[in-house]
Amino acid sequence: MSEAPPLLNLSGVNTHIGPYHILQGVDLAVPRGALTMLLGRNGAGKTTTLRTIMGLWHASAGAVTFDGADITAWATPDIARAGIGYVPETMGIFADLTVRENLLLAARCGPIDEARLHWIFGLFPALEKFWSLAAGVLSGGQKQMLSIARAMIEPRKLFLIDEPTKGLAPAIIANMIAAFRELKKSPDTTILVVEQNFLFAKSLGDAVAVMDNGRVVHAGTMAALADDRDLQHRLLGLHLDQHQ
Amino acid sequence: MTARGASPVPLHHRDLLPVLLVPAVALAALPLVGSFSTWVTLTLAGLAMGMIIFIIASGLTLVFGLMDVLNFGHGAFISIGAYAAAVLVPSLAGFLHADSLFYNLVALLALIALAMVVTGLLGYAFERIIIMPVYGQHLKQILVTVGGLIVAEQILVAIFGPVQIALTLPTAFRGALVFGDVAIERYRVIAVVVGLLVFAVMLLVLNRTRIGLLIRAGVENGEMVEALGYHIRRLFVGVFMAGSALAGLGGVMWGFYRETLTPAMGMDVMVLVFIVVVIGGLGSVGGCFIGALLVAVVANYTGFLAPKLALVSNILLMALILLWRSRGLYPVAKR
Repeated sequence: MSEAPPLLNLSGVNTHIGPYHILQGVDLAVPRGALTMLLGRNGAGKTTTLRTIMGLWHASAGAVTFDGADITAWATPDIARAGIGYVPETMGIFADLTVRENLLLAARCGPIDEARLHWIFGLFPALEKFWSLAAGVLSGGQKQMLSIARAMIEPRKLFLIDEPTKGLAPAIIANMIAAFRELKKSPDTTILVVEQNFLFAKSLGDAVAVMDNGRVVHAGTMAALADDRDLQHRLLGLHLDQHQ
Repeated sequence: MTARGASPVPLHHRDLLPVLLVPAVALAALPLVGSFSTWVTLTLAGLAMGMIIFIIASGLTLVFGLMDVLNFGHGAFISIGAYAAAVLVPSLAGFLHADSLFYNLVALLALIALAMVVTGLLGYAFERIIIMPVYGQHLKQILVTVGGLIVAEQILVAIFGPVQIALTLPTAFRGALVFGDVAIERYRVIAVVVGLLVFAVMLLVLNRTRIGLLIRAGVENGEMVEALGYHIRRLFVGVFMAGSALAGLGGVMWGFYRETLTPAMGMDVMVLVFIVVVIGGLGSVGGCFIGALLVAVVANYTGFLAPKLALVSNILLMALILLWRSRGLYPVAKR
Protein backbone atom coordinates (compact mmCIF):
# COMPACT_ATOMS: atom_id res chain seq x y z
CA MET A 1 0.00 0.00 0.00
CA SER A 2 1.27 3.46 -0.88
CA GLU A 3 2.01 5.93 1.90
CA ALA A 4 0.82 8.82 -0.21
CA PRO A 5 -2.33 10.54 1.06
CA PRO A 6 -5.48 8.75 -0.07
CA LEU A 7 -6.98 9.89 -3.35
CA LEU A 8 -10.45 9.90 -1.83
CA ASN A 9 -11.28 10.46 1.78
CA LEU A 10 -14.63 10.44 3.54
CA SER A 11 -14.69 11.80 7.04
CA GLY A 12 -17.73 11.51 9.29
CA VAL A 13 -20.11 11.56 6.31
CA ASN A 14 -23.81 11.52 7.11
CA THR A 15 -26.49 11.28 4.42
CA HIS A 16 -30.23 11.57 4.84
CA ILE A 17 -32.70 10.44 2.19
CA GLY A 18 -36.01 12.00 3.07
CA PRO A 19 -36.69 11.03 6.69
CA TYR A 20 -34.15 8.19 6.65
CA HIS A 21 -30.67 8.55 8.11
CA ILE A 22 -28.69 6.26 5.82
CA LEU A 23 -25.02 7.10 6.29
CA GLN A 24 -24.21 7.64 9.93
CA GLY A 25 -20.64 8.85 10.01
CA VAL A 26 -18.75 7.09 7.23
CA ASP A 27 -14.96 7.25 7.47
CA LEU A 28 -13.28 5.82 4.40
CA ALA A 29 -9.88 6.31 2.81
CA VAL A 30 -9.32 5.07 -0.74
CA PRO A 31 -5.58 4.71 -1.44
CA ARG A 32 -4.12 5.89 -4.74
CA GLY A 33 -3.39 3.34 -7.42
CA ALA A 34 -5.25 0.52 -5.65
CA LEU A 35 -8.50 -1.31 -6.06
CA THR A 36 -10.59 -0.98 -2.93
CA MET A 37 -13.57 -3.21 -2.35
CA LEU A 38 -16.51 -1.84 -0.40
CA LEU A 39 -18.39 -4.78 1.03
CA GLY A 40 -21.37 -5.19 3.30
CA ARG A 41 -24.81 -6.65 3.61
CA ASN A 42 -27.80 -5.31 1.68
CA GLY A 43 -28.89 -1.97 3.09
CA ALA A 44 -25.53 -1.28 4.74
CA GLY A 45 -25.14 1.99 2.84
CA LYS A 46 -22.65 1.06 0.11
CA THR A 47 -24.61 2.46 -2.83
CA THR A 48 -25.51 5.55 -0.83
CA THR A 49 -21.81 6.07 -0.15
CA LEU A 50 -21.01 6.07 -3.88
CA ARG A 51 -23.95 8.35 -4.67
CA THR A 52 -22.88 10.73 -1.92
CA ILE A 53 -19.33 10.84 -3.31
CA MET A 54 -20.82 11.66 -6.74
CA GLY A 55 -23.00 14.41 -5.27
CA LEU A 56 -26.18 12.64 -6.37
CA TRP A 57 -27.18 12.79 -2.73
CA HIS A 58 -25.58 15.46 -0.63
CA ALA A 59 -23.96 14.77 2.71
CA SER A 60 -25.77 16.42 5.60
CA ALA A 61 -22.58 16.34 7.68
CA GLY A 62 -18.96 15.36 7.23
CA ALA A 63 -16.53 15.93 4.38
CA VAL A 64 -15.62 14.24 1.09
CA THR A 65 -12.14 15.08 -0.14
CA PHE A 66 -10.91 14.08 -3.59
CA ASP A 67 -7.34 14.65 -4.72
CA GLY A 68 -6.91 17.34 -2.08
CA ALA A 69 -10.13 19.25 -2.87
CA ASP A 70 -13.20 19.31 -0.64
CA ILE A 71 -15.94 18.17 -3.04
CA THR A 72 -18.68 17.74 -0.43
CA ALA A 73 -20.87 20.52 -1.78
CA TRP A 74 -19.87 20.28 -5.44
CA ALA A 75 -22.44 19.64 -8.13
CA THR A 76 -22.36 16.18 -9.73
CA PRO A 77 -21.03 17.36 -13.14
CA ASP A 78 -18.14 19.18 -11.45
CA ILE A 79 -17.29 16.05 -9.45
CA ALA A 80 -17.30 13.99 -12.65
CA ARG A 81 -15.12 16.58 -14.38
CA ALA A 82 -12.63 16.41 -11.52
CA GLY A 83 -11.80 12.94 -12.85
CA ILE A 84 -14.28 10.44 -11.45
CA GLY A 85 -15.95 7.82 -13.64
CA TYR A 86 -19.13 6.38 -12.14
CA VAL A 87 -20.89 3.12 -12.96
CA PRO A 88 -24.20 2.99 -11.08
CA GLU A 89 -25.85 -0.16 -9.80
CA THR A 90 -28.57 0.29 -12.43
CA MET A 91 -25.85 0.66 -15.10
CA GLY A 92 -27.44 3.91 -16.30
CA ILE A 93 -27.02 3.18 -19.98
CA PHE A 94 -29.07 5.21 -22.44
CA ALA A 95 -31.28 2.54 -23.96
CA ASP A 96 -32.46 4.61 -26.94
CA LEU A 97 -28.91 5.59 -27.89
CA THR A 98 -26.60 3.23 -29.77
CA VAL A 99 -23.50 1.71 -28.20
CA ARG A 100 -21.48 4.22 -30.20
CA GLU A 101 -23.53 7.16 -28.96
CA ASN A 102 -23.29 6.02 -25.35
CA LEU A 103 -19.51 6.01 -25.61
CA LEU A 104 -19.40 9.23 -27.62
CA LEU A 105 -21.33 11.02 -24.90
CA ALA A 106 -18.93 9.77 -22.24
CA ALA A 107 -15.93 11.04 -24.20
CA ARG A 108 -16.38 14.52 -22.84
CA CYS A 109 -13.12 15.96 -24.07
CA GLY A 110 -13.85 15.44 -27.77
CA PRO A 111 -13.83 12.58 -30.26
CA ILE A 112 -13.23 9.07 -28.96
CA ASP A 113 -9.55 8.17 -28.84
CA GLU A 114 -9.18 5.30 -31.34
CA ALA A 115 -6.35 3.57 -29.46
CA ARG A 116 -8.34 3.60 -26.23
CA LEU A 117 -11.42 2.37 -28.06
CA HIS A 118 -9.46 -0.59 -29.45
CA TRP A 119 -8.18 -1.31 -25.96
CA ILE A 120 -11.81 -1.36 -24.73
CA PHE A 121 -12.89 -3.56 -27.63
CA GLY A 122 -10.13 -5.96 -26.61
CA LEU A 123 -11.68 -6.16 -23.15
CA PHE A 124 -15.31 -6.22 -24.30
CA PRO A 125 -15.49 -7.53 -27.91
CA ALA A 126 -19.30 -7.54 -27.80
CA LEU A 127 -19.30 -3.74 -27.89
CA GLU A 128 -17.59 -3.68 -31.28
CA LYS A 129 -19.98 -6.31 -32.60
CA PHE A 130 -23.04 -4.37 -31.50
CA TRP A 131 -21.55 -0.92 -32.16
CA SER A 132 -24.57 0.42 -34.05
CA LEU A 133 -27.27 -1.29 -32.03
CA ALA A 134 -29.50 0.57 -29.60
CA ALA A 135 -28.10 -0.14 -26.15
CA GLY A 136 -31.54 -1.12 -24.92
CA VAL A 137 -31.46 -4.37 -26.90
CA LEU A 138 -28.18 -5.60 -25.39
CA SER A 139 -28.16 -8.43 -22.85
CA GLY A 140 -27.65 -7.64 -19.16
CA GLY A 141 -23.98 -8.57 -19.32
CA GLN A 142 -23.40 -6.50 -22.45
CA LYS A 143 -25.12 -3.54 -20.83
CA GLN A 144 -22.80 -3.86 -17.84
CA MET A 145 -19.82 -4.00 -20.22
CA LEU A 146 -21.06 -0.85 -21.93
CA SER A 147 -21.58 0.87 -18.62
CA ILE A 148 -18.02 0.11 -17.51
CA ALA A 149 -16.60 0.92 -20.95
CA ARG A 150 -18.33 4.29 -20.79
CA ALA A 151 -16.50 5.10 -17.58
CA MET A 152 -13.21 3.90 -19.14
CA ILE A 153 -13.49 5.70 -22.46
CA GLU A 154 -11.34 8.52 -21.11
CA PRO A 155 -8.62 8.28 -18.46
CA ARG A 156 -10.04 8.97 -14.99
CA LYS A 157 -8.29 9.36 -11.67
CA LEU A 158 -10.94 7.33 -9.88
CA PHE A 159 -13.56 4.79 -10.91
CA LEU A 160 -16.61 4.23 -8.71
CA ILE A 161 -18.27 0.98 -9.71
CA ASP A 162 -21.42 -0.26 -8.04
CA GLU A 163 -21.99 -4.03 -8.06
CA PRO A 164 -20.54 -4.85 -11.49
CA THR A 165 -21.32 -8.58 -11.18
CA LYS A 166 -24.93 -8.24 -10.09
CA GLY A 167 -27.09 -10.75 -11.93
CA LEU A 168 -24.34 -11.78 -14.34
CA ALA A 169 -23.48 -15.30 -15.51
CA PRO A 170 -20.15 -16.77 -14.32
CA ALA A 171 -18.60 -16.50 -17.79
CA ILE A 172 -19.38 -12.78 -17.91
CA ILE A 173 -18.01 -12.32 -14.39
CA ALA A 174 -14.74 -13.91 -15.54
CA ASN A 175 -14.73 -11.40 -18.40
CA MET A 176 -15.23 -8.59 -15.89
CA ILE A 177 -12.39 -9.83 -13.70
CA ALA A 178 -10.08 -9.80 -16.74
CA ALA A 179 -11.21 -6.28 -17.60
CA PHE A 180 -10.61 -4.98 -14.08
CA ARG A 181 -7.16 -6.61 -14.01
CA GLU A 182 -6.35 -4.77 -17.24
CA LEU A 183 -7.65 -1.52 -15.81
CA LYS A 184 -5.58 -2.01 -12.66
CA LYS A 185 -2.37 -2.20 -14.67
CA SER A 186 -2.23 1.55 -14.91
CA PRO A 187 -0.53 2.84 -11.75
CA ASP A 188 -2.53 6.08 -11.97
CA THR A 189 -5.86 4.31 -11.78
CA THR A 190 -7.71 4.07 -8.51
CA ILE A 191 -10.86 2.01 -8.26
CA LEU A 192 -13.55 1.73 -5.60
CA VAL A 193 -15.91 -1.17 -6.22
CA VAL A 194 -19.07 -1.95 -4.29
CA GLU A 195 -19.55 -5.71 -4.40
CA GLN A 196 -21.58 -8.54 -2.90
CA ASN A 197 -19.68 -11.34 -4.63
CA PHE A 198 -16.87 -12.18 -2.23
CA LEU A 199 -15.03 -14.41 -4.71
CA PHE A 200 -14.91 -11.53 -7.17
CA ALA A 201 -13.82 -9.14 -4.44
CA LYS A 202 -11.13 -11.51 -3.19
CA SER A 203 -9.69 -12.05 -6.64
CA LEU A 204 -9.28 -8.36 -7.40
CA GLY A 205 -9.18 -6.26 -4.25
CA ASP A 206 -6.05 -4.69 -2.83
CA ALA A 207 -7.83 -2.98 0.03
CA VAL A 208 -11.22 -3.55 1.58
CA ALA A 209 -13.74 -1.67 3.67
CA VAL A 210 -16.79 -3.30 5.15
CA MET A 211 -19.94 -1.34 5.94
CA ASP A 212 -22.76 -2.07 8.33
CA ASN A 213 -25.65 0.15 9.41
CA GLY A 214 -24.36 3.22 7.59
CA ARG A 215 -20.80 3.05 8.93
CA VAL A 216 -17.49 1.55 7.90
CA VAL A 217 -16.88 -1.15 10.50
CA HIS A 218 -13.68 -2.59 9.09
CA ALA A 219 -10.89 -1.36 6.84
CA GLY A 220 -7.70 -3.12 5.87
CA THR A 221 -6.10 -5.20 3.15
CA MET A 222 -8.15 -7.64 1.11
CA ALA A 223 -5.54 -10.32 1.68
CA ALA A 224 -5.94 -10.06 5.45
CA LEU A 225 -9.74 -10.36 5.24
CA ALA A 226 -9.46 -13.25 2.76
CA ASP A 227 -7.27 -15.14 5.24
CA ASP A 228 -9.44 -14.51 8.28
CA ARG A 229 -12.52 -16.71 8.14
CA ASP A 230 -13.82 -15.61 11.52
CA LEU A 231 -13.67 -11.99 10.46
CA GLN A 232 -15.46 -12.76 7.19
CA HIS A 233 -18.18 -14.56 9.09
CA ARG A 234 -18.54 -11.77 11.61
CA LEU A 235 -18.50 -8.90 9.13
CA LEU A 236 -20.23 -10.40 6.13
CA GLY A 237 -22.13 -13.37 7.50
CA LEU A 238 -20.26 -15.65 5.10
CA HIS A 239 -20.20 -19.35 5.78
CA LEU A 240 -16.76 -20.83 5.63
CA ASP A 241 -17.47 -23.28 2.83
CA GLN A 242 -19.10 -20.78 0.51
CA HIS A 243 -15.99 -19.26 -0.94
CA GLN A 244 -13.20 -21.73 -0.34
CA MET B 1 -15.24 4.02 -37.69
CA THR B 2 -16.99 3.25 -40.93
CA ALA B 3 -16.71 -0.51 -40.45
CA ARG B 4 -18.70 -0.17 -37.25
CA GLY B 5 -21.35 1.98 -38.94
CA ALA B 6 -22.45 5.46 -37.97
CA SER B 7 -26.20 5.48 -38.33
CA PRO B 8 -27.80 7.33 -35.41
CA VAL B 9 -30.70 4.92 -35.44
CA PRO B 10 -29.94 1.47 -36.84
CA LEU B 11 -32.33 0.64 -39.65
CA HIS B 12 -33.47 -2.72 -38.34
CA HIS B 13 -34.55 -1.08 -35.11
CA ARG B 14 -36.60 1.65 -36.70
CA ASP B 15 -40.22 1.10 -35.90
CA LEU B 16 -42.02 2.10 -39.07
CA LEU B 17 -45.51 1.02 -38.11
CA PRO B 18 -46.62 4.41 -36.69
CA VAL B 19 -45.24 6.15 -39.79
CA LEU B 20 -47.64 4.12 -41.92
CA LEU B 21 -50.63 5.23 -39.86
CA VAL B 22 -51.10 8.56 -41.63
CA PRO B 23 -51.14 7.12 -45.19
CA ALA B 24 -53.27 4.23 -43.93
CA VAL B 25 -55.85 6.60 -42.44
CA ALA B 26 -55.78 8.72 -45.60
CA LEU B 27 -56.31 5.71 -47.86
CA ALA B 28 -59.09 4.40 -45.63
CA ALA B 29 -60.84 7.77 -45.84
CA LEU B 30 -60.71 7.92 -49.67
CA PRO B 31 -63.73 5.65 -50.37
CA LEU B 32 -65.66 7.26 -47.53
CA VAL B 33 -65.11 10.79 -48.82
CA GLY B 34 -66.02 9.70 -52.36
CA SER B 35 -64.72 12.61 -54.40
CA PHE B 36 -60.98 12.43 -55.13
CA SER B 37 -60.58 16.20 -55.37
CA THR B 38 -62.35 16.72 -52.03
CA TRP B 39 -60.19 14.00 -50.49
CA VAL B 40 -56.98 15.68 -51.74
CA THR B 41 -58.13 19.05 -50.43
CA LEU B 42 -59.05 17.59 -47.03
CA THR B 43 -55.80 15.66 -46.81
CA LEU B 44 -53.56 18.59 -47.72
CA ALA B 45 -55.45 20.91 -45.40
CA GLY B 46 -54.99 18.34 -42.64
CA LEU B 47 -51.27 18.00 -43.34
CA ALA B 48 -50.82 21.79 -43.28
CA MET B 49 -52.72 22.06 -40.00
CA GLY B 50 -50.73 19.10 -38.66
CA MET B 51 -47.45 20.80 -39.50
CA ILE B 52 -48.43 23.91 -37.55
CA ILE B 53 -49.52 21.81 -34.58
CA PHE B 54 -46.23 19.93 -34.80
CA ILE B 55 -44.22 23.15 -34.72
CA ILE B 56 -46.08 24.20 -31.58
CA ALA B 57 -46.06 20.79 -29.89
CA SER B 58 -42.44 19.82 -30.64
CA GLY B 59 -41.10 22.34 -28.13
CA LEU B 60 -43.54 21.17 -25.49
CA THR B 61 -42.64 17.50 -25.89
CA LEU B 62 -38.92 18.25 -25.60
CA VAL B 63 -39.48 20.34 -22.49
CA PHE B 64 -41.60 17.62 -20.96
CA GLY B 65 -39.26 14.81 -21.99
CA LEU B 66 -36.04 16.44 -20.88
CA MET B 67 -37.14 18.53 -17.93
CA ASP B 68 -40.15 16.53 -16.73
CA VAL B 69 -42.03 19.83 -16.62
CA LEU B 70 -45.75 20.08 -17.35
CA ASN B 71 -45.73 23.49 -18.95
CA PHE B 72 -49.27 24.70 -19.47
CA GLY B 73 -47.72 28.13 -20.00
CA HIS B 74 -46.58 26.97 -23.46
CA GLY B 75 -49.80 28.46 -24.87
CA ALA B 76 -48.69 31.93 -23.78
CA PHE B 77 -45.72 31.78 -26.14
CA ILE B 78 -48.02 30.89 -29.04
CA SER B 79 -50.09 34.04 -28.46
CA ILE B 80 -47.08 36.23 -27.72
CA GLY B 81 -45.30 35.04 -30.88
CA ALA B 82 -48.31 35.86 -33.00
CA TYR B 83 -48.76 39.31 -31.40
CA ALA B 84 -45.04 40.10 -31.67
CA ALA B 85 -45.30 39.41 -35.39
CA ALA B 86 -48.43 41.56 -35.63
CA VAL B 87 -46.54 44.48 -34.10
CA LEU B 88 -43.95 44.28 -36.88
CA VAL B 89 -46.49 43.86 -39.68
CA PRO B 90 -47.03 47.63 -40.33
CA SER B 91 -43.26 48.15 -40.70
CA LEU B 92 -43.12 45.39 -43.29
CA ALA B 93 -46.29 46.40 -45.12
CA GLY B 94 -44.36 47.14 -48.32
CA PHE B 95 -42.89 43.65 -48.37
CA LEU B 96 -46.11 41.93 -47.28
CA HIS B 97 -48.29 43.65 -49.86
CA ALA B 98 -45.81 43.35 -52.72
CA ASP B 99 -46.95 41.03 -55.45
CA SER B 100 -43.75 39.04 -55.14
CA LEU B 101 -43.32 35.65 -53.50
CA PHE B 102 -39.71 36.51 -52.68
CA TYR B 103 -40.55 39.74 -50.81
CA ASN B 104 -43.44 38.02 -49.04
CA LEU B 105 -41.15 35.21 -47.90
CA VAL B 106 -38.56 37.71 -46.67
CA ALA B 107 -41.28 39.44 -44.67
CA LEU B 108 -42.55 36.13 -43.25
CA LEU B 109 -39.01 35.14 -42.24
CA ALA B 110 -38.53 38.53 -40.54
CA LEU B 111 -41.80 38.10 -38.62
CA ILE B 112 -40.84 34.56 -37.62
CA ALA B 113 -37.38 35.68 -36.51
CA LEU B 114 -38.80 38.45 -34.34
CA ALA B 115 -41.42 36.16 -32.82
CA MET B 116 -38.80 33.50 -32.05
CA VAL B 117 -36.38 35.97 -30.47
CA VAL B 118 -39.09 37.55 -28.32
CA THR B 119 -40.56 34.21 -27.17
CA GLY B 120 -37.12 32.67 -26.70
CA LEU B 121 -36.06 35.50 -24.39
CA LEU B 122 -39.37 35.41 -22.54
CA GLY B 123 -38.91 31.65 -22.26
CA TYR B 124 -35.59 32.27 -20.51
CA ALA B 125 -37.27 34.57 -17.98
CA PHE B 126 -40.22 32.16 -17.58
CA GLU B 127 -37.88 29.24 -16.84
CA ARG B 128 -35.77 31.19 -14.35
CA ILE B 129 -38.65 32.86 -12.50
CA ILE B 130 -41.57 30.46 -12.76
CA ILE B 131 -40.31 26.98 -13.62
CA MET B 132 -37.03 26.74 -11.71
CA PRO B 133 -38.55 26.88 -8.20
CA VAL B 134 -40.93 24.01 -8.97
CA TYR B 135 -38.71 21.40 -10.64
CA GLY B 136 -39.87 17.93 -9.67
CA GLN B 137 -43.20 19.18 -8.26
CA HIS B 138 -45.84 18.40 -10.87
CA LEU B 139 -48.86 19.82 -9.06
CA LYS B 140 -47.11 23.13 -8.45
CA GLN B 141 -45.92 23.16 -12.06
CA ILE B 142 -49.50 22.92 -13.28
CA LEU B 143 -50.61 25.69 -10.93
CA VAL B 144 -47.80 28.14 -11.68
CA THR B 145 -47.70 27.54 -15.43
CA VAL B 146 -51.48 27.91 -15.77
CA GLY B 147 -51.10 31.07 -13.69
CA GLY B 148 -48.34 32.26 -16.01
CA LEU B 149 -50.54 31.56 -19.02
CA ILE B 150 -53.43 33.57 -17.56
CA VAL B 151 -51.16 36.48 -16.62
CA ALA B 152 -49.59 36.53 -20.11
CA GLU B 153 -53.01 36.43 -21.73
CA GLN B 154 -54.25 39.32 -19.59
CA ILE B 155 -51.13 41.36 -20.39
CA LEU B 156 -51.95 40.90 -24.08
CA VAL B 157 -55.52 42.02 -23.36
CA ALA B 158 -54.20 45.10 -21.54
CA ILE B 159 -51.85 46.02 -24.40
CA PHE B 160 -53.86 45.06 -27.49
CA GLY B 161 -57.42 44.95 -26.14
CA PRO B 162 -59.76 41.96 -25.89
CA VAL B 163 -60.99 42.11 -29.48
CA GLN B 164 -59.49 40.10 -32.27
CA ILE B 165 -56.87 41.62 -34.55
CA ALA B 166 -56.72 40.87 -38.25
CA LEU B 167 -53.52 39.35 -39.60
CA THR B 168 -53.79 39.48 -43.35
CA LEU B 169 -51.89 36.95 -45.41
CA PRO B 170 -49.07 38.29 -47.62
CA THR B 171 -50.25 38.83 -51.17
CA ALA B 172 -48.54 35.87 -52.79
CA PHE B 173 -49.80 33.49 -50.09
CA ARG B 174 -53.46 34.21 -50.81
CA GLY B 175 -55.61 32.15 -53.10
CA ALA B 176 -55.17 28.59 -54.21
CA LEU B 177 -53.16 26.53 -56.65
CA VAL B 178 -55.55 24.64 -58.90
CA PHE B 179 -54.68 21.28 -60.43
CA GLY B 180 -57.70 20.05 -62.36
CA ASP B 181 -60.47 19.67 -59.79
CA VAL B 182 -58.07 19.96 -56.88
CA ALA B 183 -57.56 23.33 -55.21
CA ILE B 184 -54.74 23.72 -52.70
CA GLU B 185 -54.50 26.92 -50.67
CA ARG B 186 -51.10 28.48 -51.16
CA TYR B 187 -50.56 29.24 -47.49
CA ARG B 188 -51.09 25.58 -46.66
CA VAL B 189 -48.21 24.69 -48.96
CA ILE B 190 -46.07 27.28 -47.15
CA ALA B 191 -47.11 25.76 -43.79
CA VAL B 192 -46.15 22.28 -44.96
CA VAL B 193 -42.75 23.50 -46.16
CA VAL B 194 -42.05 25.38 -42.90
CA GLY B 195 -43.17 22.35 -40.84
CA LEU B 196 -40.96 19.98 -42.82
CA LEU B 197 -38.01 22.36 -42.45
CA VAL B 198 -38.48 22.56 -38.68
CA PHE B 199 -38.75 18.77 -38.48
CA ALA B 200 -35.63 18.29 -40.60
CA VAL B 201 -33.61 20.77 -38.54
CA MET B 202 -34.76 19.13 -35.30
CA LEU B 203 -33.81 15.66 -36.57
CA LEU B 204 -30.46 16.98 -37.72
CA VAL B 205 -29.73 18.63 -34.37
CA LEU B 206 -30.95 15.67 -32.32
CA ASN B 207 -29.18 12.97 -34.34
CA ARG B 208 -26.04 14.65 -35.61
CA THR B 209 -24.84 17.02 -32.90
CA ARG B 210 -23.49 16.59 -29.40
CA ILE B 211 -26.18 18.91 -28.03
CA GLY B 212 -28.77 16.65 -29.64
CA LEU B 213 -27.11 13.60 -28.17
CA LEU B 214 -27.21 15.24 -24.75
CA ILE B 215 -30.87 16.11 -25.14
CA ARG B 216 -31.77 12.56 -26.17
CA ALA B 217 -29.74 11.13 -23.30
CA GLY B 218 -31.20 13.68 -20.87
CA VAL B 219 -34.73 12.73 -21.85
CA GLU B 220 -33.89 9.15 -20.82
CA ASN B 221 -31.77 9.64 -17.71
CA GLY B 222 -30.85 13.15 -16.63
CA GLU B 223 -29.02 11.97 -13.53
CA MET B 224 -26.61 9.85 -15.58
CA VAL B 225 -25.96 12.75 -17.94
CA GLU B 226 -24.89 14.77 -14.90
CA ALA B 227 -22.73 11.90 -13.65
CA LEU B 228 -20.93 12.01 -17.02
CA GLY B 229 -20.00 15.62 -16.33
CA TYR B 230 -22.64 17.67 -18.10
CA HIS B 231 -24.64 20.42 -16.39
CA ILE B 232 -28.14 19.39 -17.34
CA ARG B 233 -29.72 22.50 -15.83
CA ARG B 234 -27.93 24.61 -18.45
CA LEU B 235 -29.29 22.28 -21.09
CA PHE B 236 -32.75 22.73 -19.55
CA VAL B 237 -32.58 26.49 -20.03
CA GLY B 238 -31.46 26.14 -23.65
CA VAL B 239 -34.17 23.61 -24.47
CA PHE B 240 -36.83 25.68 -22.73
CA MET B 241 -35.82 28.73 -24.75
CA ALA B 242 -35.85 26.69 -27.96
CA GLY B 243 -39.24 25.22 -27.05
CA SER B 244 -40.67 28.66 -26.36
CA ALA B 245 -39.22 30.00 -29.62
CA LEU B 246 -40.83 27.12 -31.52
CA ALA B 247 -44.16 28.00 -29.88
CA GLY B 248 -43.61 31.59 -31.06
CA LEU B 249 -42.95 30.34 -34.60
CA GLY B 250 -46.05 28.18 -34.39
CA GLY B 251 -47.99 31.21 -33.18
CA VAL B 252 -47.04 33.20 -36.29
CA MET B 253 -47.99 30.33 -38.59
CA TRP B 254 -51.22 29.67 -36.67
CA GLY B 255 -52.08 33.39 -36.69
CA PHE B 256 -51.73 33.61 -40.47
CA TYR B 257 -53.70 30.38 -40.82
CA ARG B 258 -56.61 31.86 -38.86
CA GLU B 259 -55.97 35.40 -40.20
CA THR B 260 -57.07 36.72 -36.82
CA LEU B 261 -55.35 36.99 -33.45
CA THR B 262 -56.90 36.78 -30.00
CA PRO B 263 -55.10 36.78 -26.66
CA ALA B 264 -56.60 33.34 -25.93
CA MET B 265 -55.47 31.76 -29.20
CA GLY B 266 -52.62 29.95 -27.45
CA MET B 267 -54.76 28.63 -24.67
CA ASP B 268 -57.39 27.48 -27.17
CA VAL B 269 -54.96 25.24 -29.02
CA MET B 270 -53.28 23.74 -25.96
CA VAL B 271 -55.70 20.83 -25.53
CA LEU B 272 -54.94 19.73 -29.07
CA VAL B 273 -51.23 20.16 -28.46
CA PHE B 274 -51.32 18.02 -25.32
CA ILE B 275 -53.23 15.31 -27.19
CA VAL B 276 -50.52 15.31 -29.85
CA VAL B 277 -47.73 15.09 -27.27
CA VAL B 278 -49.44 12.17 -25.51
CA ILE B 279 -50.18 10.33 -28.77
CA GLY B 280 -46.60 10.77 -29.95
CA GLY B 281 -45.03 9.56 -26.70
CA LEU B 282 -43.86 12.06 -24.10
CA GLY B 283 -40.50 13.48 -25.13
CA SER B 284 -40.48 11.99 -28.64
CA VAL B 285 -40.06 14.46 -31.51
CA GLY B 286 -40.71 11.81 -34.17
CA GLY B 287 -43.84 10.68 -32.34
CA CYS B 288 -44.95 14.28 -32.04
CA PHE B 289 -44.61 14.73 -35.81
CA ILE B 290 -46.67 11.63 -36.64
CA GLY B 291 -49.17 12.44 -33.88
CA ALA B 292 -49.73 15.98 -35.14
CA LEU B 293 -50.35 14.83 -38.71
CA LEU B 294 -52.63 12.05 -37.52
CA VAL B 295 -54.69 14.31 -35.27
CA ALA B 296 -55.11 16.92 -38.00
CA VAL B 297 -56.09 14.59 -40.86
CA VAL B 298 -58.48 12.61 -38.65
CA ALA B 299 -60.09 15.88 -37.50
CA ASN B 300 -60.51 16.97 -41.13
CA TYR B 301 -62.00 13.69 -42.37
CA THR B 302 -64.31 13.45 -39.35
CA GLY B 303 -65.39 17.06 -39.77
CA PHE B 304 -66.36 16.30 -43.35
CA LEU B 305 -67.91 12.85 -42.86
CA ALA B 306 -69.53 13.16 -39.43
CA PRO B 307 -69.44 16.75 -38.20
CA LYS B 308 -71.09 15.82 -34.89
CA LEU B 309 -68.16 13.53 -34.12
CA ALA B 310 -65.52 16.14 -34.98
CA LEU B 311 -65.37 17.56 -31.47
CA VAL B 312 -64.51 14.20 -29.93
CA SER B 313 -62.49 12.71 -32.78
CA ASN B 314 -59.15 13.66 -31.23
CA ILE B 315 -60.05 12.21 -27.84
CA LEU B 316 -61.21 9.00 -29.54
CA LEU B 317 -58.03 8.86 -31.57
CA MET B 318 -55.92 9.31 -28.44
CA ALA B 319 -57.86 6.55 -26.67
CA LEU B 320 -57.35 4.17 -29.59
CA ILE B 321 -53.64 4.93 -29.86
CA LEU B 322 -53.15 4.46 -26.11
CA LEU B 323 -55.03 1.17 -26.22
CA TRP B 324 -52.60 0.05 -28.92
CA ARG B 325 -49.47 1.60 -27.42
CA SER B 326 -50.02 2.70 -23.85
CA ARG B 327 -47.00 5.03 -23.82
CA GLY B 328 -47.67 6.62 -27.20
CA LEU B 329 -46.43 5.91 -30.72
CA TYR B 330 -42.71 6.28 -29.96
CA PRO B 331 -42.22 5.91 -26.22
CA VAL B 332 -38.96 7.21 -24.80
CA ALA B 333 -37.13 4.48 -22.87
CA LYS B 334 -37.48 5.77 -19.30
CA ARG B 335 -41.13 6.76 -19.48
